[in-house]
Amino acid sequence: MEKVKSIDEFYLLRDRLMTDRHLDLPTIIIPAGTCGQACGANDLIRITKREMLHKKLSERIQLRITGCHGFCEMEPSALIEPSGTFYPRVSAQNMVRIVEAVIKGEILEDLLYIDQETGNRIEKQIDIPFFKKQVRTLLGRNEKVDPIRVFNYIENKGYSAMAKVLSLKDPHRVIEEIKSSGLRGRGGAGFPTGLKWERLAKQPSRNGKFIVCNADEGDPGAYMDRSLLEGNPHSILEGMIIGAYATGATEGIVYVRNEYPLAIKHLLIALRQATQLGFLGKDILGTNFSFDIKMVRGAGAFVCGEETALIKSIEGKMGEPTQRPPYPIQKGIHGQPTVINNVETWANIPIIIDLGPHEYVKVGTKGNTGTKIFSLVGKIKNTGLVEVPMGMEIEKMVNEIGGGPVNQAKMKAVQTGGPSGGCIPAKMFHLPIDYESLTQVGSIMGSGGMIAMDEHTCMVDVAKYFMKFLKEESCGKCFICRKGTQRMYEILDEITNGEGKMEHLTLLEELGSVVKDTSLCGLGQTSPNPVLSTLRYFREEYLEHIEKKRCPAGVCKNLITYFINENCTGCQLCIKNCPSEAIEGKKKERHVINMEKCIKCGACKSVCKFDAVEIR
Amino acid sequence: MITLYLNGLEVSVEEGMTILEAARFMGFPIPTLCHQDGLSPYGACRLCVVEIGEEPKTKLVSSCTYPVEEGLHVRTASQRVMHARRMILELLLGSCPQSKTIQDLASMYNIRQQRFRQEYENCILCGLCVRMCEEQMMAKAIGFRSRGENRSIGTPFDIQSEDCRRCGACIYICPACQLRCTYTEPERAICGSCVNLSPPCLEKEEFKDMMCYMEPCVACEIKKG
Repeated sequence: MEKVKSIDEFYLLRDRLMTDRHLDLPTIIIPAGTCGQACGANDLIRITKREMLHKKLSERIQLRITGCHGFCEMEPSALIEPSGTFYPRVSAQNMVRIVEAVIKGEILEDLLYIDQETGNRIEKQIDIPFFKKQVRTLLGRNEKVDPIRVFNYIENKGYSAMAKVLSLKDPHRVIEEIKSSGLRGRGGAGFPTGLKWERLAKQPSRNGKFIVCNADEGDPGAYMDRSLLEGNPHSILEGMIIGAYATGATEGIVYVRNEYPLAIKHLLIALRQATQLGFLGKDILGTNFSFDIKMVRGAGAFVCGEETALIKSIEGKMGEPTQRPPYPIQKGIHGQPTVINNVETWANIPIIIDLGPHEYVKVGTKGNTGTKIFSLVGKIKNTGLVEVPMGMEIEKMVNEIGGGPVNQAKMKAVQTGGPSGGCIPAKMFHLPIDYESLTQVGSIMGSGGMIAMDEHTCMVDVAKYFMKFLKEESCGKCFICRKGTQRMYEILDEITNGEGKMEHLTLLEELGSVVKDTSLCGLGQTSPNPVLSTLRYFREEYLEHIEKKRCPAGVCKNLITYFINENCTGCQLCIKNCPSEAIEGKKKERHVINMEKCIKCGACKSVCKFDAVEIR
Repeated sequence: MITLYLNGLEVSVEEGMTILEAARFMGFPIPTLCHQDGLSPYGACRLCVVEIGEEPKTKLVSSCTYPVEEGLHVRTASQRVMHARRMILELLLGSCPQSKTIQDLASMYNIRQQRFRQEYENCILCGLCVRMCEEQMMAKAIGFRSRGENRSIGTPFDIQSEDCRRCGACIYICPACQLRCTYTEPERAICGSCVNLSPPCLEKEEFKDMMCYMEPCVACEIKKG
């Protein structure tokens, strides 16, 4: 790769790449993010490559390996361009057939996606309900781009926003554009990005300024940032270069957690390519603007996603939050002014510059513009990454995109914002998803985790699960956060064990409010949210646990008993599967569970074909 | 000079002071466990919280780390502050009931109940010993390890640190450890934080030698006995 020496040279390169494209050639796209690879996408890639070599197809079809497209439930999948045909859950045998069908221009009916409501087969990806309701400005680009080929990114308008900004030679205007786009930080707090940048630009500094991309995504069940880093690392680099130009930053840092090996690999490749092409380093594209990006690996502490702890971690110290003020914008990494933005925020920057702020604000609502990626998981039919305009109702997200609950169960709640978010009950599903509405009902937007729960989820158990996570992940500096989360977990544990008392509820509320009030950082201040929000909306479930010693959802082991009802046909399947030999009964006679031996593992219930095992 | 309002009183203090320093200078008492003059502020015990800002947007911050700001309204003993402090003290009593310092504070704030499952820990992880070792003794022999409920103070890899001079400053400054010098029966009076818990650089055999530095200390009485 040769260095691009001027902006004109960049446009020449881009035009050459764009004319060299073979848009008419059928392309097989295989998403191979971490989720895809775990499901076997690597085998599909190998088979496709083998077929192409054997049958000498490289002139007739193309293969593109990309990052995750979002529909993780259906991985490994294959997408065919330009027809837009989508094949879910492709097996190794079927991949050979797909390659053949693509050459002939046929569609394999029997492999297409089956709509779960109507039972019809759907050919095109855009017609599938999961994709239909989304607005995929960020994730849609994952389909177009091979993350390890920079030219692939450039021919899809990549780095054009950077070239545009550099040719305009007006950093102030960039900030104005970001400000009028209304972009708010996607990391959770929702601080206006333009305002943050403006403050950094105004901050005097002798020894340079830092901008940081926060990719320390630690929420259980959330992986938006990972998919962006894996699928389109150049867009983040481009966003950071634009940010640096606008704010006068001299050094950029991407802080990635070490648990994301593929993201790190792709990011390192992207950094190398960008440096070779002269998009990073000294005198970028022949202008006198210099900027470089480094990668720092985090060691996996959840708290290091908090900005002051992140700064400490980058400096090589223990990841502990510190008092603000002084804010990072005044005194950040090594005492220099620092701006920290989330991966998704950075990925939005090139899009805003490309489209122009007026076009960008058309998506979303007033005060909450643009799209937001959520990782929609839990007890719904379609799980995966969904990108929706801000302000979409929770209802629409869960039932239309998510496909509603599995097995006709009733939806109970959604949990948003990761471990320190709150639970929103089903009766409030009409709420729009934006920063203010979620905060008002005691939850947070967070970085975009969304866990759907149905009637088989015990809310006390949910609160206990998150409290366990938080008591392990609290940094431990503040006494109140460290001990408070431990004590809340302890009380919840007692309640789920049937040792709860009525006083516990007031104590939980009192303790929760103090932890919220007096903790130093965002982690501590939001840590009681799971407890407080479940207490607020699902108090009767707590009461049931305490007064009647009963778990209505049938989750808390110490409060349930298994019972075999009259549906039992005496097939003896449960007897064979019981690990503690607790079930007795003759063939063709109703079986009985011996309560003394039963360890409540639920094996009998999961194997029974006649719904004869009940939880009481 | 910076002008701020402490409990409604207009005061002028030097720039760079913390709220705690300003409040103590003006005679408003604020309880602390992890603060010590001469050591850098840390903000771990949260006992020193004060309410800042004006209604309805007020918040609690730790006064030992928060710098004074022009025109800031501070309340050092509002209802919200007292409620938070009492809860923190209740939690402290639940974990470290033996500490004289904590007992005194609890009685000062009229704590009459302790609703948590009783624990008997010796360390509240206030970090005084770590900062004392680093900032005043220039040794950096001990430090924090791990996070969350596993957080503890010790030497790297739990082996005796070459940097430790056994000066005993860490024990001297420990607020949870003061029972040692006041208990009536010397044998049982040792809280054990120095031997059993932290810093582990003090091993049992060296315990006696070390105690010679400590004045006044029950260990000397043990020796005599």
